[in-house]
Amino acid sequence: MKPDLFDNRDFLAGLLFIALGVLAIAVARDYPMGVAMRMGPGYFPTVLGGILCLFGGAVLVRGLRSGQQVSGDWGWRPLGLITLSILLFGALVDRLGIIPALVAMFFTAAAAGREFRFKEVLLLTVVMGAFALGVFVYGLKLPYALFPGVWWTS
Amino acid sequence: MDILSNLALGFGVAFSPENLAYCFIGVLLGTLVGVLPGVGPLVTIAMLLPITFNLPAVAAITMLAGIYYGSQYGGSTTSILVNLPGETASAVTCIDGYQMARQGRAGPALAIAAIASLFAGCVGVLLIALAGPAIAEWALQFGAAEYTALMLMALVASAVISGGDVLKGLAMVVLGLMIGIVGVDVNSGMQRYTFGVPELVDGIGFTVIAVGLFAVAEIVVNLERKDPREVYTGKITNLMPTRGDLKDSAWPIVRGTAVGSFFGVLPGTGPALSSFATYLLEKKLARDPARFGRGAIEGVAAPEAANNAAAQTNFIPMLTLGLPASATMALLLAAMTMQGIEPGPQVMLTRPELFWGLIASMWIGNLMLVILNLPLIGLWVSLLRAPYRWLFPSIIMFCCIGNFSVSNNPGDVYLCAAVGVLGYVLAKLECEPAPLILGYVLGPLLEENLRRALLLSRGDPTVFFTRPISLTFMIATLFVLAVVIAPGLRKKADNA
Repeated sequence: MKPDLFDNRDFLAGLLFIALGVLAIAVARDYPMGVAMRMGPGYFPTVLGGILCLFGGAVLVRGLRSGQQVSGDWGWRPLGLITLSILLFGALVDRLGIIPALVAMFFTAAAAGREFRFKEVLLLTVVMGAFALGVFVYGLKLPYALFPGVWWTS
Repeated sequence: MDILSNLALGFGVAFSPENLAYCFIGVLLGTLVGVLPGVGPLVTIAMLLPITFNLPAVAAITMLAGIYYGSQYGGSTTSILVNLPGETASAVTCIDGYQMARQGRAGPALAIAAIASLFAGCVGVLLIALAGPAIAEWALQFGAAEYTALMLMALVASAVISGGDVLKGLAMVVLGLMIGIVGVDVNSGMQRYTFGVPELVDGIGFTVIAVGLFAVAEIVVNLERKDPREVYTGKITNLMPTRGDLKDSAWPIVRGTAVGSFFGVLPGTGPALSSFATYLLEKKLARDPARFGRGAIEGVAAPEAANNAAAQTNFIPMLTLGLPASATMALLLAAMTMQGIEPGPQVMLTRPELFWGLIASMWIGNLMLVILNLPLIGLWVSLLRAPYRWLFPSIIMFCCIGNFSVSNNPGDVYLCAAVGVLGYVLAKLECEPAPLILGYVLGPLLEENLRRALLLSRGDPTVFFTRPISLTFMIATLFVLAVVIAPGLRKKADNA
């Protein structure tokens, strides 16, 4: 495999579609197929998987011919940090309450930007966090703990 | 006249202080979130959907509709003041709108956009009121085969018009259909593609998909970009368009409304296509086409009219057929289902206060939009001038809370992060997410109707071609495909 295949836009897209199509068909083998008149739960997904493989194959072949590169660099760092910030929110909101979850989320997400100014992020967290608490916890009365064991009571 | 008494009923419902208040809150919140760059109507509704859970049905739908056209309008403001098309529907407005802003005419551009939206919105709503009942009656003849063919047409159309590559668009549709059937199969009760994860049993939530694919992926794409976005920094002094501006934009607004109303009714096309189509039309009709792209006011007026008209007539398939014409409509449909309303042609008869109340509220809402936005422009502008490093963590916050509040389950938040990663990879490979999301929405409906159609025909696939209405949809589907593929083939033949 030539190294620039890893940067070939359509080749990669085609590969992704084929992989997902094959996965869909492989998993659907455990589901009863049935026939066209009386389709089982496996019929529709298997057909879809097949079609996805076909489209994927066509995209892949076109990629090999045209050799179009992915434009720009991959932003793995922002992707990783943004993803982490969302995961942290999910993990903390149930265990520690919404305020720690929001603090962790804001600081991790803000680190994904080009500039990170501690005071600014702190201020943003306080302002936006207060807004969110006002709308969702106070206004809509969603039952979230603020801190471990601390609830909004009015 | 029947329609007058219906409208009277509708206005009676819409003018109740409670509904008026919810409509207002919806329009305000929708505009507020919609103004944020990269947050279109779809994501706005997905994030704000939980707010409406505890409201009565009419209030909830009224408010959601308000959020919808509020965010649509907010998107236009963004595209005039920021040289960064937030969402496809207002991408065209960006071309001339931002140029006008740079020439110091941001005020008139914003005012014309508001006037065009108001006019188009009112016409669009009128069309729903006039055509809705007739279409609903026609739709009662639809069987499973017709629904299947109609959905096929919508899916192919969305792949074709997504603006990207057709082949990849079709692949994205199929991928969306597959994501849509994750969960318990209604016919057999069997769990499909759940991999033993309890969160997947009820399927992947709409908010998870919409927020992950659009908001999260978009933020990462923006962060990775080196060039900072350009924001119009001048002061907006004069809002009033000149008499000449009004004269220049009168006919474009009317034409834009007509084009938008037409495309809005067709499932799968919607506001984005109509604003492109009408921009090209105006350029063709203009005496001096070179002005386009350099701040021609028609280039703002016509697309804005078109996308707002389409945004309204988009409701027609949803309200009359129970079939979402776009992903945004699917969200509203989901909200209706959550309120215990069975969507379909019968809604108009069984819940007239809802249907006509919604229509009346859309008129009021469109008016509120203009009254609200012209004085508040300053607020939106300052919001836009906030540096992106403040905006994107705030958008992520709305995404997290929005996802969590749907089910109070952190699993949905994790899933959204995963969908965000997938969305980013797809965006880098230049696969448009819009067809995927329509596929996701229609997946379960398509499978159910396909199964039923083939069961009734005893497995004979010709059923889709022997029934006249279904045949019409199939021919339209093939026609759409042919229109796209033919130029490509001709080019190849020329090259050979």
